[in-house]
Amino acid sequence: MMNLTLKIWRQKNASDKGQIVDYPLSGVSPDMSFLEMLDVLNQELIEKGEQPVAFDHDCREGICGTCSLYINGRAHGPETKITACQLHMRSFKDGDTIYIEPWRAEAFPVVKDLIVDRTSFDRIQQAGGFISVNTSGNTQDANAIPIEKENADKAFDAATCIGCGACVASCKNSSAMLFVSAKVSQFALLPQGQVEATDRVLNMVKQMDEEGFGNCTNTGACEVECPKGISLENIARMNREYLSASLKG
Amino acid sequence: MSILDSKIPKGPLADKWTKHKNEINLVNPANKRLIDVIIVGTGLAGGSSAATLAELGYNVKAFCFQDSPRRAHSIAAQGGINAAKNYQGDGDSTYRLFYDTVKGGDYRSREANVHRLAEVSTNIIDQCVAQGVPFAREYGGLLDNRSFGGVLVSRTFYAKGQTGQQLLLGAYAAMNRQIGRGKIKMYTRHEMLDVVIVDGKARGIIARNLVTGEIERHSAHAVVLGTGGYGNAFYLSTYAMGSNVTAAWKAHKRGAFFANPCYTQIHPTCIPVSGDHQSKLTLMSESLRNDGRIWVPKHKKDVDAIRNGSLKPTDLAEADRDYYLERRYPAFGNLVPRDVASRAAKERCDAGYGVNKTGEAVYLDFASAIERYGKEQAYVKGLNVDDTKLVTDLGKKVVENKYGNLFQMYEKIVDQNPYETPMMIYPAVHYTMGGLWVDYNLMTTVPGLYAIGEANFSDHGANRLGASALMQGLADGYFVLPYTIGDYLAHDIRTGTIPTDTKEFDEAEENVRAGINKFINNEGTKSVDHFHKRLGKIMWNKCGMARNEKDLKEAISEIAQLREEFYKDVFVPGTENEYNEELAKAGRVADFLELGELFAKDALEREESAGGHFRDEYQTEGGEALRRPEFQYVSAWEYKGKPSEAIHHKEELKYENIEVKERSYK
Repeated sequence: MMNLTLKIWRQKNASDKGQIVDYPLSGVSPDMSFLEMLDVLNQELIEKGEQPVAFDHDCREGICGTCSLYINGRAHGPETKITACQLHMRSFKDGDTIYIEPWRAEAFPVVKDLIVDRTSFDRIQQAGGFISVNTSGNTQDANAIPIEKENADKAFDAATCIGCGACVASCKNSSAMLFVSAKVSQFALLPQGQVEATDRVLNMVKQMDEEGFGNCTNTGACEVECPKGISLENIARMNREYLSASLKG
Repeated sequence: MSILDSKIPKGPLADKWTKHKNEINLVNPANKRLIDVIIVGTGLAGGSSAATLAELGYNVKAFCFQDSPRRAHSIAAQGGINAAKNYQGDGDSTYRLFYDTVKGGDYRSREANVHRLAEVSTNIIDQCVAQGVPFAREYGGLLDNRSFGGVLVSRTFYAKGQTGQQLLLGAYAAMNRQIGRGKIKMYTRHEMLDVVIVDGKARGIIARNLVTGEIERHSAHAVVLGTGGYGNAFYLSTYAMGSNVTAAWKAHKRGAFFANPCYTQIHPTCIPVSGDHQSKLTLMSESLRNDGRIWVPKHKKDVDAIRNGSLKPTDLAEADRDYYLERRYPAFGNLVPRDVASRAAKERCDAGYGVNKTGEAVYLDFASAIERYGKEQAYVKGLNVDDTKLVTDLGKKVVENKYGNLFQMYEKIVDQNPYETPMMIYPAVHYTMGGLWVDYNLMTTVPGLYAIGEANFSDHGANRLGASALMQGLADGYFVLPYTIGDYLAHDIRTGTIPTDTKEFDEAEENVRAGINKFINNEGTKSVDHFHKRLGKIMWNKCGMARNEKDLKEAISEIAQLREEFYKDVFVPGTENEYNEELAKAGRVADFLELGELFAKDALEREESAGGHFRDEYQTEGGEALRRPEFQYVSAWEYKGKPSEAIHHKEELKYENIEVKERSYK
C-alpha cells in the first residue's frame, strides 16, 4: 500500500480563477487504476461533506477518449500509448507527489476542476470530417472497390484516433494538427474519400484555425503523447493535401 | 387475448419486410420539414438513426450525456459485426444468419424481427464501407472475415479489436454532416430525465444540462430512445461508468412496458476482479476464442499449488489439464456461445478449480496457437520446425498481429505477459437482451415512443451471439426505424410544432425538479456509490449466472429495503445549479434500484432456463439449460407505481419457420 500527496487543480467553473489544492491519500493499492485512485479520494471527500474532484471519464478501457488528465506534466501520465484510465498505480512509488491538472489550451476552456470543453473538436469534424453518402439500401456492394491492403491499414491506423485531445495538451502551441490530420488522412487514403478531398481539407483547417488552436512547428510532442500512437506522417500528408487543395481552390 | 400487438406483417417470412415497406404510410419530403424527432442516445442505434432521419428531411434533436456523440459506449465494442455476405463462400445465407440468431437466443426472440435483421445485415456493410469505415482487408484488397461463437461460418467483419469505434465514428461522421447542415441540433452533456406524454402520445422530453444544471423542455412529434442497456445495475460490468437505465426507466414509468428484464449476457472472457476498489471490468474480445484454449487443472492439488505460487501454469503437463469446453462440447469447442461458456467457467470454479486467489478465474491459453502458427511460419520460410525457440518467436509474431492491442490491454491491467503465461479470465456482465418492449415497427406501448438498439428487447431472445449487437444497433438506426417511423408520423403532417408551455410539460418538469431537490436536500450520510455497490452485490450473488427461487425472493426484498435506505440516507454534495456528477449518479442509481427489483421478479416468474437466464431448478442431467415450452413467451411488465406491483403481460412466441428443439453445441 502506498501513501501519496496529490496536488490537484480545483476550479469551480469556467469563470473561476482556480488553484492547486493538496490532498494526502493513504492506502493506495498498486493494482488500482489511476481513476480508481481518484474514486477513493472522492469517496473520502464526500464522506467529509466536501465536493469531490470533477474529472471526465467513461469507458475506463482506453477507447472512448473521455479521460483527459495532465499528470506530472504529461498528458495521460508517465506511461506511453495509454490513456489515464489505463494507467495503474504500480507506475508510482510510495511517498510520491502527483500533480493532476486539466488539458491546457485556449480552445479547451475548463468546465470544472479537471474537466474541459472539447466541442471545438466536434465542430472541426462537422466542417468536413465525413463522406457525403446518404443511407440507402442501394449503395454498391462493399467488395466492389478493392482497396490496397497497405492503404487500408494506414487509413485504419489514422482512424484509431480517440479524440481525447492529448496532442493539443502536449503541444507548446496547442496545435490540433495531429487530430485534424488523422481524419483528413483516413479519407485521403481511401478511394471513397477522394471525391470531396479538396473541400474537406480546406474546410477542416479553416475551422481549426477559427477555434483558436495554434500552429504546428513540428516539435513532435503530440506523437509522443498520443495514446493511440497516431503518426506525424499524417500531418505531412495533410500538408500535401492542403497545398494541392489550395492550388486547385 | 394479450393487449400486446406485435404488428408482425402477414405473409411468408422472407417477404414480410419488403411487403411491409411497400404498404406503410410515407411522409412526403416537403412535409418532413414540418416534423420534429427527438433522439436520445448517440451510439450506433441513436447516431445512425439521427443521421438517417435528418438526411430524409426531418428536424432532429439529438441528446447524449457524454461530451461528444462519438463517446457513446458502442465505441468499446471490440470484435466485429455480423453480416450474411457469404464472401467466404462457406455456405452462409440470410436464412443461416436468421437461424443461428434464433437458436443462439434459445428460441426466445421473434422470428419476423430476426429475419429482417439478417436481411438488412448486408446493407450495413455496404453503407459503412461507403462512409469510409476502414474494415480489415486481405492482400487482394477485399474484406476479411473471422468467426465468432455459436456459428459454423465466418461472417464477422472487423477492424482489428476496435470495430465498434470505427462503426461509431462512421455514424458520428454521418451525424456531423447533418449537424453542419443544421438538420440535427446536437445537445451534448444533456441527460433525459422524463418523457412528456400529451393525449397519450410521446411529445417531448425533460432534459438536464449537466454543465449548468438547467432543466430544459424539448418537444417533438416522436421520441426515440437509443439509450443502451442496463447492465450497470450490477455495479461491476464491462459497461461505461455512465451507462444507465434512466431514460428507459422513465419511459417505463410513463407507460412503456419493460420486456424480459432478466435476460442478461454474462460474457465469459473478462479480466477477473482484483479488489474492492474495482470500478469496472474489462472485456477480452470473444475473437480470442478463435485461438485461445480454455482450461483449469484436472486435480485439486495442482489448483492449490498454482494458487499459492509453487506451480506455474506453464509447467503443468498437458495430461493434467482439463480443457473443459473441448471436453463437454466437442463440435463447437472453445467457440460455444457466451452463455454456455460462462456457465461452464462458473461450474468449474464453483467446484473448486478456479486458478487465482479468489478462486474465480480460468485460463485462456495461447501456447498451442503460438506453436501452431510458429510451425506454419517456419515451414513456409523453410526453417527448422523442430527449433522450439524459433517456432515460439515466429508464432508470437502471428498472435501479436492478430490480437496485439488486446494483449497489451491485458498486460497493462494485470501486469502479466500473456505471450508467456496464460491469461486469467472470468465471466462479467456485458449486455442486456431485455429492454423496452417494441412492436415490429420498434414502437413501445406508448404511441410515438420508439426504442432501438440495446434499449429494446426484440432480436436476441435470451442470449445474444457475438458480433450481433453492432449489427442490430445499425440495422435499427439505418434501415428499420427510418421507414417505420414514417408510418406513424404521416398522421402528424398538419399538427404543427408541439408547444412546451402546456400542463403536461409543467407536470413533467415539476416531477423532475422534485426528484432533484429531494437528493440535494437529503441529509444522508452515505455516498451514491455505497448504495450502488451494495445493489451490485445483491444482483451478482442472487440474480447472476445461476438463479433459484430462494435467492430471487431474497433479492426482491433486499433490493426494496436497500431502496428505502437509499432515499433516507444518501448524501449528494453540491447544488443542482452546477456540474454535479454525484447528483446525476444519484438519479441513475435510484432507477437501477427499481429496475433491479423488477429484474428479480421477472427471473422468479420465468420457471425455466433459457440462454442467459439459468435457474438451478431447471437443468438437464448434464447441467445444460432446460427450456420449458409453457414459457415460450415474452414477458412484458406494466408499471403500476412500484416494481412489486408491476402487471405481467405475455406475448406468445410462434415459430413457423424454425423447428424449436434442444439447443445443442455438442
